[in-house]
Amino acid sequence: MSKFKKGKQGDLPAISTASLPDIVFMLLFFFMVATVMRDSSLMIENRLPSADQVEKLKKDRTAFIYAGKPSAQFKQLGTEPVIQFNDKIIKVEEVQASVIAAQQELTEELQPKFVVGLKVDKDTHAGLVSDIKQELRQANTLKVMYIANARAE
Amino acid sequence: MAKRAAPEVNAGSMADIAFLLLIFFLVTTTIEKDKGLLRSLPPIDDSEVEPPIIKQKNLFTVLINRNNQLLVEEEQMELKDLRQAAIEFLDNGGGTNAAGESCDYCKGKRDESSSDHPDKAIISMKHDRETSYEKYIDVQNELVAAYNFLREREAKRLYGNLKQYRGTEKVYQAMLEEKEKNQFSKDTILNGRIETIKKLFPMKLSEAEPDKS
Repeated sequence: MSKFKKGKQGDLPAISTASLPDIVFMLLFFFMVATVMRDSSLMIENRLPSADQVEKLKKDRTAFIYAGKPSAQFKQLGTEPVIQFNDKIIKVEEVQASVIAAQQELTEELQPKFVVGLKVDKDTHAGLVSDIKQELRQANTLKVMYIANARAE
Repeated sequence: MAKRAAPEVNAGSMADIAFLLLIFFLVTTTIEKDKGLLRSLPPIDDSEVEPPIIKQKNLFTVLINRNNQLLVEEEQMELKDLRQAAIEFLDNGGGTNAAGESCDYCKGKRDESSSDHPDKAIISMKHDRETSYEKYIDVQNELVAAYNFLREREAKRLYGNLKQYRGTEKVYQAMLEEKEKNQFSKDTILNGRIETIKKLFPMKLSEAEPDKS
């Protein structure tokens, strides 16, 4: 029996941890790539309404239109709700052209499935929203998603 | 005193610390996914065709005034009662549809003065320009919820006994999720089932433009 014990005591080979940093880095890169940064800075207040019958939105075929009151650092725009598309404030009449331009940027197979996401502040009056919808009808982009926070039923 | 060599710091636990941080961020970050109510707008219709006359009893009117009050079928109503009222209207089945079939799956009161058939039942919504968007979304949500409730009920009745849905509370939702998951491989049976349910309670939600004031 003592034969087996000899020489085997106390020298377990250390597990090499040299590759651990690599693994950690790999994960880090994954998260860096997967996290989406907010791509346009908002110039307006944007507190979304909440709803419980929500569906998921497919990002690859969506353009967002924001609307709401100008936020504190953009007081020069007035206090009435305005429309923001990408990085600039646009007028109601410009919605049609902007949306069509956004649709053109998509790949051909996604263009018929184009959805407009409306991110509208909950204190905005609904008249502005119906103006936007009227413009969207003229642009013939008829699929609309009212973005809302999911609320438990 | 003799100068002693500084002992080497063991860096073996560095990876552990890094992992700990990584796991913490992994758990706390939510990759944000936007959600919302998907609706289709009606296309602009320039033709001068006379719109078909819709019987008053097949029309469920919802008005929201500038003070965010609801007027449903000429009566003031609280938001919490709207869903039930809409369900009762859609599910009434008091008459026949265009093809002359009566609604055999409706469980409503079969009231003569309410809607004939889910095919014919139309919810019409109108709001003021000054209505708040929050209220508008709340009302939209309740109306969509009424349709979803009825579709869910029909899905459970028709397909609830299939083995993949047995025990699931929300059969229709499960079907939609399944469709979403397999969006690249078309499942004609599943799509057919979803279409069947949608056809039982077609979403006919019309919105009138607010008056210009």
